[in-house]
Amino acid sequence: MAFLEIDELTVRLPQGRAARPILDGVSLRVGEGESVGLVGESGSGKSVACRSVLGLLPEGAAVSGAVRVGGRDVLGMRRAELRSLRAREVAMVFQDPRASVNPMRRVGDFLTEGLRAAGTAPAVAARRAVELLEAVGIRDPEGAMRRYPHHFSGGMLQRVVIAAALAGEPSLLLADEPTTALDVTTQAEVIAILTRLQAERGTGMLFVTHDLELAAAVCDRVYVMYAGRIVETQTAAGLFARPRHPYTAGLLASTPRLDPDAGPPKPIPGRPVSLAEAPTGCAFAARCAQVRPECLVEPPALVRADDAYAACFRVDEGIVT
Amino acid sequence: MARYFLARFLGLAMVLLATSFLVFSAIHLAPGDPVTFLLKGHPATPEAKAAVRAQYHLDDPFLSQYAQWLGDVCAGDFGRSVQFRQDVGALIASRLPTTLFLIGYAALLIVLAGVLLGIVAALRPGFVDRFVLIGTGVATATPSFVASIGLVSVFSVKLGWFPTFGGGQGFAGRVEHLTLPAVALAFTLSGLLARVTRSSMLDELAREHVEVARARGVAETDVVRRHVLRNALGPIVTVVGTMIAGLLVTTSIVETAFSVPGVGGLLVSSVNVKDFPVVQAVTLLTVAAFVLVNLVVDLLQPLVDPRLSPTGRGAS
Repeated sequence: MAFLEIDELTVRLPQGRAARPILDGVSLRVGEGESVGLVGESGSGKSVACRSVLGLLPEGAAVSGAVRVGGRDVLGMRRAELRSLRAREVAMVFQDPRASVNPMRRVGDFLTEGLRAAGTAPAVAARRAVELLEAVGIRDPEGAMRRYPHHFSGGMLQRVVIAAALAGEPSLLLADEPTTALDVTTQAEVIAILTRLQAERGTGMLFVTHDLELAAAVCDRVYVMYAGRIVETQTAAGLFARPRHPYTAGLLASTPRLDPDAGPPKPIPGRPVSLAEAPTGCAFAARCAQVRPECLVEPPALVRADDAYAACFRVDEGIVT
Repeated sequence: MARYFLARFLGLAMVLLATSFLVFSAIHLAPGDPVTFLLKGHPATPEAKAAVRAQYHLDDPFLSQYAQWLGDVCAGDFGRSVQFRQDVGALIASRLPTTLFLIGYAALLIVLAGVLLGIVAALRPGFVDRFVLIGTGVATATPSFVASIGLVSVFSVKLGWFPTFGGGQGFAGRVEHLTLPAVALAFTLSGLLARVTRSSMLDELAREHVEVARARGVAETDVVRRHVLRNALGPIVTVVGTMIAGLLVTTSIVETAFSVPGVGGLLVSSVNVKDFPVVQAVTLLTVAAFVLVNLVVDLLQPLVDPRLSPTGRGAS
């Protein structure tokens, strides 16, 4: 049994706010200590899936399916259970550190808040926070505890956020685009710190990003999402060697490369499906170069192809790009 | 930090100097002749008129009158009241405690009612929110003199719970006499503060760090207290400061309505009879209080939001 199991999770916004579900039968697994990537364009539902693990769902949404952490159903938890889950078992690192830390409180208050919510004594929490600041490479951790978020750069503040997420010694870390708001040089540092600490502590991680290459570099396995569905999942290495879904192949082909023989990047034609559209068949059909008549009739199910799974009628034929 | 304070106090002095000139000239531009009032009950012979004019330096050139007055004011002498034939400083000092008590009382009511209603409205969207919005809308649209009349007719005349006039003696007496005037003052402004609090809270509730706090298992009451209300304080403090300063002016209406022997009532009666030394002194005092309250608000802001600290290092 995997530590995190999402089974057939479907999330629908209230009538009139969206034509299709934001999540449509999403299933995914993260084992203990495993790093799993969740890749998709903005609006594909990856962040919603990620937040559902903490029981954070859009207001008024109709939800079916199950989210289990350590075998317990998150969606059926009472408030107190949810609080304990969030404080001790699953922690999240958000995209923009500037927005995710309260600008009016000291960094120390931010770091210890989760621990104190879980009932740790203030002095113990403070000692632990200093250790973690040291672990994420913040100089003068004691001084940093007394400073305010605006005294830190974005990259340094994201380190603080990572330290705060690890403070409760969670078994699972949710990272929702943790480096998207940072500049490239800082990105690499933050990713290095994140993966090092995660490996050292044996923490499982669900890494959400729009960057397939980054996901492949960080994760053991990758799920690719499109329009609220998982369209492909396989190992990071397999994804590059042999993408099974035309969307994944398109994502790979659209990445710019430094290699002089690689040729210019080929963007995927068209645009992502908005929440106002509800195509009857495969949601990617309108942008797919290999579309066939049956693709427009009903959405393909996720089927096995060797070690991979892909939701495409032509999964066995291989992809011509 | 010391430089900042010095600059602020210099600014304060400049504002007071400029206003003192405006206040002094305004009373001289107003129609009517104080001499007529000064001689009320006495035969207005040319000799008597000349004597009064000399006593109040009314024949000196304008600027020298101003310089004379400013010098006296700086020495703490605001002149003699025309209607009470009494030292203006002593006159104001005897009435100031009542007015300050009334303003403090009203400010307390405004903050309690306004902030509480604002929080409730922000946290309970739907029926409660709409109810508060309509209620505060009505309150905001009610001028304080209308509120005064309504309160007197219900609570004093019909129910007889509170006296209709006077300032009261001692703490209990003051509370008894000044409750209705304070409520009348607070009525309009607490509605306004409730709306400011509500919208500031709603702004903060939508911030991502609030969701982050929830996602970390922080209890909802702590989230509201430490992240929402705490961060919403900036606009609330600013508005409360402006309101308290504004109360110094509004209080004259309510003090007149309830015949409270305070500074505001004194100002109104002095304007009516052109008692210019009193009008000048009270106006200058009001402006000084206004500037001081604003200074206090500005000094409080960095404590609320460390990013606004004048030294850029954050409050410590």
